[in-house]
Amino acid sequence: MRNAPSNSHAVDVPAEAGRSLRQDALCRLKENRMALVGAALIVLILLACFAVPTLLHLDPVTTDPQNQKLPPSARYWFGTDNLGRDYFARVLVGGQTSLLVGFAATAASVFVGVFYGAVAGYYGGKVDDVMMRLVDFLYGIPYMFLVIIIMLMFSETARGEALPVFLALGLVQWLDMARVIRGQVLTLRRREFVLAARLLGASGPRIILTHILPNALGVILVYATLTVPAVIILESFLSFLGLGVTLSWGELVAEAVGVVNPIRSYWWLLLWPSLFLGLTLFSLNFLGDGLRDATDPRSRKL
Amino acid sequence: MIEAITILVGFVIIASTAWLGPKSARIAAPLLLAGMLYIGGRAGWGQLTGVILAVGGGALAYFFAPLRVLRRVAFLVPSLVLLIYTTTLLMYRAPGNPFAGEKVADPQVEMALRAHYGVPKDATQFFFVYMHRLVVEGTLGPSIKVAGRSVEELIGPALPVSISIGLLALALACAIGLTLGVCAGLRPNSLADYGSMTLVLFGISLPNFVIGALFIIIFALKLGWLPVAGWGGYRHLIMPAFTLALPYAAYVARLARSGTLEVMQQDFIRTARAKGLPRNIIVLKHALKGSLLPVVSFLGPAAAGIMTGSFVVETLFGVPGIGQWFVKGAINRDYSVVLGTAIIYSGLITSFNLVVDLAYAWLDPRVRGTL
Repeated sequence: MRNAPSNSHAVDVPAEAGRSLRQDALCRLKENRMALVGAALIVLILLACFAVPTLLHLDPVTTDPQNQKLPPSARYWFGTDNLGRDYFARVLVGGQTSLLVGFAATAASVFVGVFYGAVAGYYGGKVDDVMMRLVDFLYGIPYMFLVIIIMLMFSETARGEALPVFLALGLVQWLDMARVIRGQVLTLRRREFVLAARLLGASGPRIILTHILPNALGVILVYATLTVPAVIILESFLSFLGLGVTLSWGELVAEAVGVVNPIRSYWWLLLWPSLFLGLTLFSLNFLGDGLRDATDPRSRKL
Repeated sequence: MIEAITILVGFVIIASTAWLGPKSARIAAPLLLAGMLYIGGRAGWGQLTGVILAVGGGALAYFFAPLRVLRRVAFLVPSLVLLIYTTTLLMYRAPGNPFAGEKVADPQVEMALRAHYGVPKDATQFFFVYMHRLVVEGTLGPSIKVAGRSVEELIGPALPVSISIGLLALALACAIGLTLGVCAGLRPNSLADYGSMTLVLFGISLPNFVIGALFIIIFALKLGWLPVAGWGGYRHLIMPAFTLALPYAAYVARLARSGTLEVMQQDFIRTARAKGLPRNIIVLKHALKGSLLPVVSFLGPAAAGIMTGSFVVETLFGVPGIGQWFVKGAINRDYSVVLGTAIIYSGLITSFNLVVDLAYAWLDPRVRGTL
């Protein structure tokens, strides 16, 4: 792994001064304070959403008609919603779905996009032309449109579950990934180590899997990190339109917007899910940007 | 099975536009364009206008359009047809159908309704009915769910609403984003830089319906300056447009900032400075064009995103635009409304991307040669 990404001028650098690109990138990431804050926040949010509800035995579903729409108090930290459910529990458990959909759909889109882009970029020529035409065609369709149509293909009973949503989002989000990876592979395939592998008789799939993709790992990681917030936003759009997963941040915000009125403001209903959603998107974006700056040597001059 | 083969054939046709040589593209594309203009013109303003539009547009394309544009047009028409077909298939695959309501218990009644609205039970048959309607009759067909209205009558008044909000949002995104981004890029690590980048953060990290909800609470409910929702005068336009614009303004600002940073280090800027040009002329005349480039290439995706966002914003503010019709049509299985909005959305996106491409080539002399 270490020798693969090292560039041609590694030859004139003395051996003891040499650092691999990966170490170099890690150093640059450590200097980027905002990216570190983002990473720490992500860990905190993940812990809060996945560990706290089980540890404290929080219950997001039991209704309590006596305690409807209570503002935050010592008993209900985040208040209660219009059916008297504990909002603290709902926000954290809702975060589980939002984050799960975000990461799962990203994984699906990374998987499809990376292989599609790598094949198109590696074989090039007419294969590339034809494969990229399909991407162009899908780009011409508003992606929300595709997502809604795909969502409708699942029966009414499956609506509200996570699987259809992340399938639909993953199927739409791979386009960017495919484009980025294709561009990366187009430059990688002309490098000497690929030529060497080909001369040694390695097959196309083998070269892609063992030589090209490990070298594109940085780019894949960066775009995956930036895809997660995009997917979370899309999911919240769907929930807002009533087509998404039940009990997610998007749905909570949608419910809160529904009860906005001039006489009494139920501010906590809007504040908490928005805050968590915003913090998650904020830190993922910063982490992604930091990773990009760290892996892209051009950013050094800025 | 037949459906899969049809999709494959359609895709082969689309892919084969990649092989179109300069000569065949120059013949095929104007013909396709003339056909589209004829159908559109005839549907909107009658037979004669259709012919005039078709001949004029076709001739213009034949004599003046650059090859790249011609290829794009040759790609556009088969992709629209494929889009209609795949959307039809997907809609038919979705459980339920437009006649599944409780009123239509009798299969005979359902048959009569299907015949009346031109919705056969088979997806491929429906596709042919729809294409016949579109190409030969030049209509988008009757809405199945909104009794007695055609799709044109539904979308017609909604289109200007959506377009005016969308264009205003795009203009706002560019204006706000460019101002913030260029100011930040000219003085990196200054107070202006940090200030505008903090604003950008909010735009990126909050989904637009949260921003919209905050706007409603602050400007409509607390301050009472603007109407909460609905559609009427220009006052109804302000909040939806700003809500749609802010996330994109944030992206534009980031792009403009990095573009400006990069341009200001180039040799031609140093030359301009060395020959003693005042700073604002350097910025406005030399640097701005360069920092515009990444922004312009973002405009295509931004326009597509603004359309997507319009589904949400129109729902939030109760604006009667086409996004609402699409969502309603999809949920009610109103096939012709869904297809009509799909055609309009893709047409808008593709033509906008074309304009963006041309603008890009005009701004960057290095790209101009490839047209």
